[in-house]
Amino acid sequence: MSPSARPVARHPRMRTNALGLTPRDYEGAMSTLCAGCGHDSVTAALIQAFYQMDVEPHRVAKLSGIGCSSKTPTYFMSQAHGFNSVHGRMPSIAAGANAANRDLLFVGISGDGDSLSIGLGQFCHAIRRNVNMLYVLENNGVYALTKGQFSASADVGTRSKKGEVNRHGPIDPVNLALSLGATFVARSFSGDKRQLVPLLKAGLAHKGFAFIDVISPCVTFNDHVGSTKSYAHTRTHAHEVVETDFVQLKSRITADYEGGSTQAVTMHDGSVVRFSKVSEDYDPRDRGKVLRYLREVRNRGEVATGLLYLEESYEDLHEFENTVERPLVELEYETLCPGSKALAELQKEWW
Amino acid sequence: MSQVNDFAFKVATVNGTGSASANGLLLQALFRMGIPVSGKNVFPSNIQGLPTWYEIRVNKDGYTARSPHFQLMVAMNPKSYQQDIAEVDPGGWVLYDSTRELDAEMRRDDVTFYGIPLAAMCADRFEKARTRILMRNIGYVGALVALLDIEMDVVAGMLEEKFAAKRQLVDANMSAIAMGYDYAKEHFECPLPIRVERMDATRDSVMVTGNSATALGCVYAGATVGCWYPITPATGVMDAFTEYCQQFRVDPDSGKNNYCILQAEDELAAAGMVIGASWMGARSFTPTSGAGISLMSEFIGLAYYAEVPSVFVDVQRTGPSTGMPTRTQQGDLLLTAYASHGDTKHVCLYPADPKECFEFSVAAFDLAERFQTPVFLVSDLDIGMNDWMIPRLEWDDAYRPDRGKVLSAEDLDEMDAFYRYLDVDGDGIPYRTLPGTHPRGSYFTRGSGHDKWGRYTENSEAYLEVVDRLVVKIRSAAEHVPQPEIHTVEGGASVGIVSIGGCHWAVMEARDQLLADGLEVDYMRVRGFPFGEAVERFLETHEKIFVVEQNRDGQLRMLLSVETGCPKEKLVSIRNYGGQPLSKEHVLDPIRPQLEVVV
Repeated sequence: MSPSARPVARHPRMRTNALGLTPRDYEGAMSTLCAGCGHDSVTAALIQAFYQMDVEPHRVAKLSGIGCSSKTPTYFMSQAHGFNSVHGRMPSIAAGANAANRDLLFVGISGDGDSLSIGLGQFCHAIRRNVNMLYVLENNGVYALTKGQFSASADVGTRSKKGEVNRHGPIDPVNLALSLGATFVARSFSGDKRQLVPLLKAGLAHKGFAFIDVISPCVTFNDHVGSTKSYAHTRTHAHEVVETDFVQLKSRITADYEGGSTQAVTMHDGSVVRFSKVSEDYDPRDRGKVLRYLREVRNRGEVATGLLYLEESYEDLHEFENTVERPLVELEYETLCPGSKALAELQKEWW
Repeated sequence: MSQVNDFAFKVATVNGTGSASANGLLLQALFRMGIPVSGKNVFPSNIQGLPTWYEIRVNKDGYTARSPHFQLMVAMNPKSYQQDIAEVDPGGWVLYDSTRELDAEMRRDDVTFYGIPLAAMCADRFEKARTRILMRNIGYVGALVALLDIEMDVVAGMLEEKFAAKRQLVDANMSAIAMGYDYAKEHFECPLPIRVERMDATRDSVMVTGNSATALGCVYAGATVGCWYPITPATGVMDAFTEYCQQFRVDPDSGKNNYCILQAEDELAAAGMVIGASWMGARSFTPTSGAGISLMSEFIGLAYYAEVPSVFVDVQRTGPSTGMPTRTQQGDLLLTAYASHGDTKHVCLYPADPKECFEFSVAAFDLAERFQTPVFLVSDLDIGMNDWMIPRLEWDDAYRPDRGKVLSAEDLDEMDAFYRYLDVDGDGIPYRTLPGTHPRGSYFTRGSGHDKWGRYTENSEAYLEVVDRLVVKIRSAAEHVPQPEIHTVEGGASVGIVSIGGCHWAVMEARDQLLADGLEVDYMRVRGFPFGEAVERFLETHEKIFVVEQNRDGQLRMLLSVETGCPKEKLVSIRNYGGQPLSKEHVLDPIRPQLEVVV
């Protein structure tokens, strides 16, 4: 047995989902990350989200780049297809894979180094293409595998474990995603599963690129006093702008969610995202207002969380490219090859 | 000097003035007259304003390699007069625009100058400034029709076809043709001693670029996902793929596409997209040039190690770095053979013309899937962007893609377990599954160390087992890549020539001449990598081997030295790497003196 294999032990009365699968069926290999790593909490939330969404594991493609966060696809859904690509380039693998087989569910796990430095370009272009996928950025502000260098999301004034102070302005992935036209933009905290799980579920149901920035503290290199990405700092500075509830299609929605401080958006598959505790001047469907509001929150030194922006009607990659409904990988060769007669005909133009 | 159907001429114009279509018209007219012909576009990396040239060679014997000897120069660009006029063979002709008279110092005593006031005549005849510029080109076509005795009916017929929907364009073009023709008839000795005469040597041929043929091969191979980043000289591949897909791949019921073309943000992303699509089971490819391969190299290593089938088309241009983007070279032979860090080796196919571009691009997908590895179609700018006369392409409707070892849901149902990198058959090729097929088919694709079970590993033995199997796998591809084309004299010569890709035509012409002169020499053109038995045997059975290629460092010679048992001393390097396609002179001049000593 591999050292990372998880012992199989099941409670006889363990609950099951609509597919008859238990939460255990959504687990992966044992994590090799540090004890207390925020990423492991995100993994646990993903397992819960997939379980609750009744997703067939083998119909999921889980992708990542390089770094601690990118190791995590190994730690959930062993029966899903994994692709641990090269540093910062997961979005291109996802785009090509999605182009070829639009029927699978795509989930990409990345980190702040992976998405905001080496892979900044690919991250931006996946948003522009609106690749239909859930993209989770596990954001801890440091390069941990290489022992604690600042990443591009490190805040000005934050201190490294060695005591250095970061002076470069951070790249805020939420702000960036909104500016680039992302259709689903959320932020959460690995320590807040109550918030994170519905966000992940909504992200999975979203048509297009669903981006979730998850502040996920690094217990080894960035959890000290003076760090703005520590557990303590995130707990005290996280500001839930909108509380989000995700109601899956199978639940047969009958209630009217509009009214009061609650807003509702119906996803393309019929599921509903319900926003509540929304302040008067906040509209998660108005990009301009969201950007302004988030700037104010940031200026107060707080971190806005929740499903910050949602647009369900925008074209995704396949609509842009006008591809057939069937996955391209399923098309029979006979429909793809024009044949000898067409070749003879075509060559008349080459005379 | 009387040369019927055996001469070359060059047209010197200004980039962006529409001369390309005029030159294409000339090439096609000659081709339709049944005369073997080739055209080489020598163009600048520029949109408008810089000098550009087009070389046409007609040859009744079918030799289509570039000829550096021009009997006629159509000098339409005063900025390049000096070099253009200097380039004409003694006894030849210069046709120039005499609207502005030539400076006296431009004149040569050993060539005949024919001045034709094209700009002035166009100013009289056409109103719009742009039309005047365009029609000046058609004007020199008209003059050449008279001077070279090109059949007017053929030219007129082509204009009718080309502008079928636009009557007034046909009229304008015919008027410009007549303008040049009439002037030439009246003022020059027509036809010149270099002239053409109808033949019947092109009936079974077509005229096409390598890039179009490559794209068509991708369509016929069943490729559904094309990813790319624009780069000269490979852009034409995706332009043509788009065109053919629009023609052949739109679902008639829904009007939707049975393909997806993604223009990536850079070559790194293009490579990633290809790998992602291929991982899912689509046939996917990217066309690029050497600079793009450099950027793709990290991903190429991933595809090699994680064993993801993928097709990379490298339309080579002159390197290193940005180099000369509009000039040809074979400078990526080593790059493609070993792209990426660590120990890697790749399957490469080397087409010599558009016909092989078509055939090899189909083969590339089959080999990629069969051996689960990146495959390179190594073309070049000369093959890719120039129009070539090739035998009409054929297609076997019985062809079905070789998908290699892919397990179906039914296969997986019957298996206890599936492991991605297990050498079940002992041939070095494992089984793969396509994502989404079956719960038992899942595995983890990774570029990090993995064992044969598909698990992450940092264990030496487990790592070695996988990378050593890859050696076996890639080596076994040697007998499945296109085998070398070999020409031998009866009984075999002791001296051989080895070449690659587009060198072929100049080498064949040079060899014919050597044979005619009584100098016996055998010839092998390698068409695939890794090299197999046939390559090894040719090298073994010849005492001295000239290796002809188009790069500075003798990369083919290096590959042969490293990848075969042939002692380096036997391999004599013959190189041409200034950016021009190979000519027979490049082969004959260095070989002949050495050959005469040996024989």
